[in-house]
Formats: sequence, C-alpha cells, structure tokens
Amino acid sequence: MSRLRAVWSFAVDFVVGDDWRLALGTVAALGAVALGVAVGVDAWWLAPVVVAAALAASIAGARPRR
Amino acid sequence: MLRSPAGATLGCVSATEAGLLLAVFAACAVEAVEAATIVLAIGTVRGWSSAWAGTAAGLGVLAVVVAALGPALTAIPIGVLRLVVGGLLLTFGLQWLRKAVLRAGGVKALSDEDVRFARERGAALAQGDRRASGIDPYGFAVSFKGVLLEGLEVAFIVVTFGASDGHVAAAAATAVAAVLVVAGAVALARAPLRRVPENTLKFAVGVMLTSFGMFWGVEGAGANWPGGEAALPGVIAWVALVALGLAAMLRRRTAGAPQAAGMGA
Repeated sequence: MSRLRAVWSFAVDFVVGDDWRLALGTVAALGAVALGVAVGVDAWWLAPVVVAAALAASIAGARPRR
Repeated sequence: MLRSPAGATLGCVSATEAGLLLAVFAACAVEAVEAATIVLAIGTVRGWSSAWAGTAAGLGVLAVVVAALGPALTAIPIGVLRLVVGGLLLTFGLQWLRKAVLRAGGVKALSDEDVRFARERGAALAQGDRRASGIDPYGFAVSFKGVLLEGLEVAFIVVTFGASDGHVAAAAATAVAAVLVVAGAVALARAPLRRVPENTLKFAVGVMLTSFGMFWGVEGAGANWPGGEAALPGVIAWVALVALGLAAMLRRRTAGAPQAAGMGA
C-alpha cells in the first residue's frame, strides 16, 4: 500500500511539478476552451490568455531559495 | 492529425515536425548533460563498472517506457489524444519555462555543473570504501536513479510527440542522438560540460513545448486556430514574448537585491 502511495505521489509530483498553479492553469486553459466550444464559441483565444496568466502568477509567487 | 499538414517542409519533414524534433533534441541534451555529470562523479569515486551498469539499466528502463507507452498512446481516439498530449506537453513546457524564467530573472541561481559534480562526488566519498571487486551498490543506484529521473520527462516528451501519427521512432532516434553527442563530449572533455548554455536551451525547450502543447490542446478541446497550422508561429511568438517579458520584469525587480540565493534544481 505504501508503495502504491509512493508511486502515486511520484506521478503527481512528476506531472504537477514545482508549482501546482501551472497544472491548474493547464486544466483551466483547456477546460475554458472546451466550455466555450460547448456553448458555440470558438474560444481558442482563451488558452493563450489563461496560460500567460498562470505563468505570470507562478513567477510572481516564486521566492528565492534560502 | 497532430502532425502538420500545412506549412513549409524541410526535406522529408515539415517545419512543425522539424521544430518538435529540435525541441526533443535540446530537451534530451540538457537532461543528458545533468545525468552525465552525476555518472561522471560516481565513476571517478565508486568505479566505472558500477557507473556504466547503472547508466545502462536507467537507459534500458527509459527505452521500455518509450516502447510500451508509444504504441499504447496511438490506440487512443484522436480527439482525446490531442487533449492528453497537448495537456501533458503544456504542463511540462510551463514547468521548464518557469525555471528558465526564474533563472533568467535572477531569482534562481543558474545551473552549475561544477557545483553538481562536487556535490555528487562529495556524497559518493562520504559513503566510505567501495567494494574491491564487482558492482558497487551505491554507485549503481545513484547512476541508475540519476539517468532515470533526468530522462523520464524526456521519455514522456518523446512518447507524446511520437503519438503524433507514428513519429515515436523519429523522436526516439533524435533523443538517442542527443545522448550520444553529450556522451561523446563528456568522454572527450573528461569533465562536466560547463560550457553548455543550459538555461538558454531550457528556455527554448520550454517555449516550444508550451506552444505545441497549447496548440494541440486547444485543437483537442474542439476549437480551431485561425489559419490552422499557420497560427503556430504566432503561438510560439506569443509564448516567447510573455516569457521574455516576465524575465525582464524579474530582472528589474531583483536588480537592487544582493544576489540570487541558493542553487536551483
């Protein structure tokens, strides 16, 4: 069980990386586009905006390592 | 299709495919430089047989990952595949880009292969005497782990790119070529490769992965880029502009600070 947990933890860490905001940004960007398409809007332009915002938020929240 | 049906062609591959192969080469080369530093440190302290055995085992596992996941991904319906591949590449790309921007902006120290080499060498020396003969377990384990962890993300990049209509072999061959180039350079130098512009390469790889990931992800979500494949250079330019802008902003913010603290990963 602990091995399974370790594998899961590694997988999450591998995909999410150093900052969860980037993974959230990815989901938000592609989710927003899919939602737009679902309601009849070709919302390709949402992805560049959301991705840029997610990267900016992640960079702004970074602190030098001590 | 994920591969580019339009745009310029360079020989037998399109400009889009050439760009992605270049990104795979750069990503693999950067990770290979880091792995080579670890193996070099282990080899000089714990013996070369252990270091080579660990390296071979790590590369073997990576080859299995690519061989197993590559064909498996192609079995996924194209729409879902675009979304999955795009999402993964976008996530990986943003992670690379974040680190590169933080380093370019002076928030995170630049990667230093000499420091990495000294650290690994010190840790290996602290393990005490190595076995007189046979494989040294510590040397094997550290080399194996170093190669596997540094290479796993590249293996996923190779697989996700390869999923774009049967290019696993081309992507894998590109990755192998990058490993051979780095291994040859390390063998000639017999020292860590400190002159490789790691951060510039990481920045470029981050821009490419983020751009391709966003492009395919949006298509997978059901939207259409204006101009189709022709929009890709615009997407790359946008991502590069945002990243360079953030790096410039960080540099201004840290200009008055004494220096960036700590070593990055």
